Amino acid sequence: MKKTITLDVNGVAETAEVEVGQTLLRFLRDGLDLTGTKEGCNEGECGSCMVLLDGRPVNSCLVLAVEADGRSVTTVEGLSREGVLHPLQKAFLSQAAVQCGFCTPGMVVSAAALLRENPEPTEDDVKKALAGNLCRCTGYKQIVDAVRDAAAAMRAGAVAGGEAGKPAEREEVPA
Amino acid sequence: MSAPVVGTDVPRVDGLEKVTGAAKYTADLKFPRLLHVAVVRSPHPHARVLDVRTDRAARMPGVRAVASGRDFPLHTGIYLKDQTVFATDRVRFVGDPVAAVAAETPELAAEAAAQVHVEYEPLPPIFDVEEGFAEGAPLVHPDLGSYEVVPWIRPKAGTNVCNHLKIRKGDYASALKGSWKVFENVFRVPQVQHVPMEPHVSVARVDLAGKVEVHSSAQSPFTVRHLLAHCFGLPHGDVRVHVPYVGGGFGGKAGINLEPIAVALAMRCRGRWVRLMVDRHEEFFATVVRQGLTATLVTGVDRHGKVQAQKMHYLWNCGGYGGYGVNIVRSAGYTCGGAYEFPNVEGDSIGVYTNRPVGSAYRGFGMQEIHWALEQQMDRVAVELGIDPAEFRLKNCLGAGKSTVTGQLLDEHAGRVDLCIRNVAKAIGFEPDRERTPYRGKGIACAVKAPAMPNDAASSVILKFAEDATLEILISGIDYGQGLMTVVAQFASEALDLPVEKIRVKGCPDTDLSPYDWQTVASRQTWATGNAVFRAASEIRGKLCATAAEALSVPAEELSLRGGAVVHEATGRALPFERLVMGYQFPDGHAIGGPVAAASSYLPEGLLFLDPETSQSAKPVAKWTFGAQAVSIAVDPETGQVTVEKVAACYDVGKVVNPALIKGQTYGGIVQGLGTGTMEELVLDPKTGRAVNASLMDYKIPSTEDVPAEMAVDFVETAQKDGPMGARGIGEHTMIPTPAAIANALWDACGIRISEMPITAEKVWRALKAKERAERGAKAAGEARVPAGTVA
Ligand code: FES
Ligand code: FES
Repeated sequence: MKKTITLDVNGVAETAEVEVGQTLLRFLRDGLDLTGTKEGCNEGECGSCMVLLDGRPVNSCLVLAVEADGRSVTTVEGLSREGVLHPLQKAFLSQAAVQCGFCTPGMVVSAAALLRENPEPTEDDVKKALAGNLCRCTGYKQIVDAVRDAAAAMRAGAVAGGEAGKPAEREEVPA
Repeated sequence: MSAPVVGTDVPRVDGLEKVTGAAKYTADLKFPRLLHVAVVRSPHPHARVLDVRTDRAARMPGVRAVASGRDFPLHTGIYLKDQTVFATDRVRFVGDPVAAVAAETPELAAEAAAQVHVEYEPLPPIFDVEEGFAEGAPLVHPDLGSYEVVPWIRPKAGTNVCNHLKIRKGDYASALKGSWKVFENVFRVPQVQHVPMEPHVSVARVDLAGKVEVHSSAQSPFTVRHLLAHCFGLPHGDVRVHVPYVGGGFGGKAGINLEPIAVALAMRCRGRWVRLMVDRHEEFFATVVRQGLTATLVTGVDRHGKVQAQKMHYLWNCGGYGGYGVNIVRSAGYTCGGAYEFPNVEGDSIGVYTNRPVGSAYRGFGMQEIHWALEQQMDRVAVELGIDPAEFRLKNCLGAGKSTVTGQLLDEHAGRVDLCIRNVAKAIGFEPDRERTPYRGKGIACAVKAPAMPNDAASSVILKFAEDATLEILISGIDYGQGLMTVVAQFASEALDLPVEKIRVKGCPDTDLSPYDWQTVASRQTWATGNAVFRAASEIRGKLCATAAEALSVPAEELSLRGGAVVHEATGRALPFERLVMGYQFPDGHAIGGPVAAASSYLPEGLLFLDPETSQSAKPVAKWTFGAQAVSIAVDPETGQVTVEKVAACYDVGKVVNPALIKGQTYGGIVQGLGTGTMEELVLDPKTGRAVNASLMDYKIPSTEDVPAEMAVDFVETAQKDGPMGARGIGEHTMIPTPAAIANALWDACGIRISEMPITAEKVWRALKAKERAERGAKAAGEARVPAGTVA
């Protein structure tokens, strides 16, 4: 059975007809060719498929596409805009937090959700927030460092933006 | 010469694609009218296949191809061709492919696969390696004697032994007799899974002209091509393999894996793309795993604490097929003594077929397993002799002027394990007179590994310029995270004094267009591809200088490269690469030179075969990388939970090419080592042979919450003579010593030894209870024996 859904994906309104049993992950990857979101297990255990649904992190393999009807979805592709990287993406590069890169989209998305809630996370906060995002390559250290680095950069950016009237680096998560 | 680039934190050149989600992995590629594959797998660990009936499945709507062993009775395997694309007469593990279906949707494929009827006659399975090795054991491969095999692997027909490597050095028997004290212990390592975050996936098409094209999540595009060509009887030129970005491999994507099944199906529906993607559940047991090991060690020491006699008996649980695993057996043989000099050695490394999942390459290639045994053995001996474990290691370790188990004499360029031991001992505070706190302990372990590869394993590169003087580098080594593309850019930048921003490394090879590379395994890429880059760069330099010399009317020898230009220092004249790379044009219009490009390669030099009886060889391997790790742990006596608080690691890498990347390799290796050391084991039901923990819920790998609070990483740089700027391999070594170091710390913390990996809380708790009981018993016995009133 099919159903028509309308949703906001990375700031773009999308309307599509989907099978009611199709996961949001399948829809994003196959329907919209947003392949940045990865499938690592398809059972909610690895975090590779993490996206923001109305700003909250979810494993998109556990969400049906029809559940996203009328809502907003942010994927890794939505974190950078016209070539301008999200501070988290910059920090992942500068801290060498990327190896094979397969977990990276989910990590960055998950971290974006954390920083939205908690702009000054401790190391433990970061570890807790990313505990559902598995990475087999990095040993996590540089990832945790990158997230804290990005948090600092974003706080500094917000201050600089407020004081000097410069635009803040950019709103990290579209509402 | 501009500032050095090698030795600095150049950001990953593939990083931008990966953080934005732009990087394409195999499952991200789109193919028109893609067909989906379901594989029919054996539910039995060991059975005869009496009949496979696929007609009903083939008739189902949406099914485009069905294939089974009847259609493709072809053998494959990288070193020993002991496996067919589909099981023909016999299945050898739960998950062994028997047939496969390609259909328009994954659901249709699964339904059709369920309609394939297979008749089995179950046979008694063997799961235990000792059982498989025992005389008269049922044979897993009765036809072993007829398989094609490379000459340096020695299967024993009529047994389950798929390879046996013997080390005989000095006179072990007499040395043992003459020893002051002798220690014998047995250690075990279970099978574990690689768990790359990206599961295996392969896509294939056979076009109407018969050409085969494959996209695969693989470590070795050329080996995949070579083995596909061999298996299907095709000219290499008609097989084209692409490898896009790969989401982790750790050895599990080395050699050949899913590709033959995808190609077999594609042969039966020409013109259509066919995709085989295993799910996470199948990934655990149907793709390759790490081999299990049972190691028996005997150590004889003299009164000075020097090991005189050392026996190592390694029994490898290879699982149902040993095509790749036989070389782990070999590698563990010629490295059987680890980082130590043993003057008299009896070493046997024996691969045994069982009915477990297929053992294959896994980061470390047997080294973590044998170091689990060796490094605990050395620790036990040191403790028994009352010698500080670090001191005991220093007394016995390899170094310049010492000889390995194959009789290879190391020189001063070989790398310094002694410095690594001292370094980590210091970093962790391993002083013999340190203060002791109950249930807190420190442990140390060494590591060594050489690249295990055929003596003629080569890498090559192509360097060419684009019109704007961007240097494009084609490689066929796979960067699945270790940073190869970045270090290649750094080497080229250094060699040509060209900014990294002007370099593009093409790291996703296509065997039709990319230069040959044997495989991305064995921590060999930085070294082998790196050497090829320097060779090609020197050719490029020659071409640029020759053209510039003519253009500037100066001798070529007076020219140098700086910042993307050819410079004549004496006159200060310079020509930017832009004016040279497509040829130089004189003011009168005539042009010289031409598009500048170079291809080069590297093949290890001077490697010699091992003696078939004793395995003695003056140069069995290209290089050794030594290292050590030390850990401090806390044990919760109530639960047995071990918390690794700090890990110190130090390796002699010859040259640190990129500090940020090499640290990343080391952190990653430590945490992966922590995983296999304390959490991971692929458990089979002893009755059915099925994996009982084949999911990420039941098979835990380390998460952010398992990371040690502190990881201190350091490097020694004893230049490798034949390494690019002195560099040698490191990727795999980083996970070798971690479990043994934790085990040794456990002894230090609470006086217990766990000889069977992993060190789970349950095992620790049981061992603590057993120790308590034993102590109570001893105390009671002691009290009973001592008459009242006796003065001690
Ligand atoms: S793919 Fe969704 S959690 Fe693993
Ligand atoms: S970088 Fe490979 S899984 Fe995280």
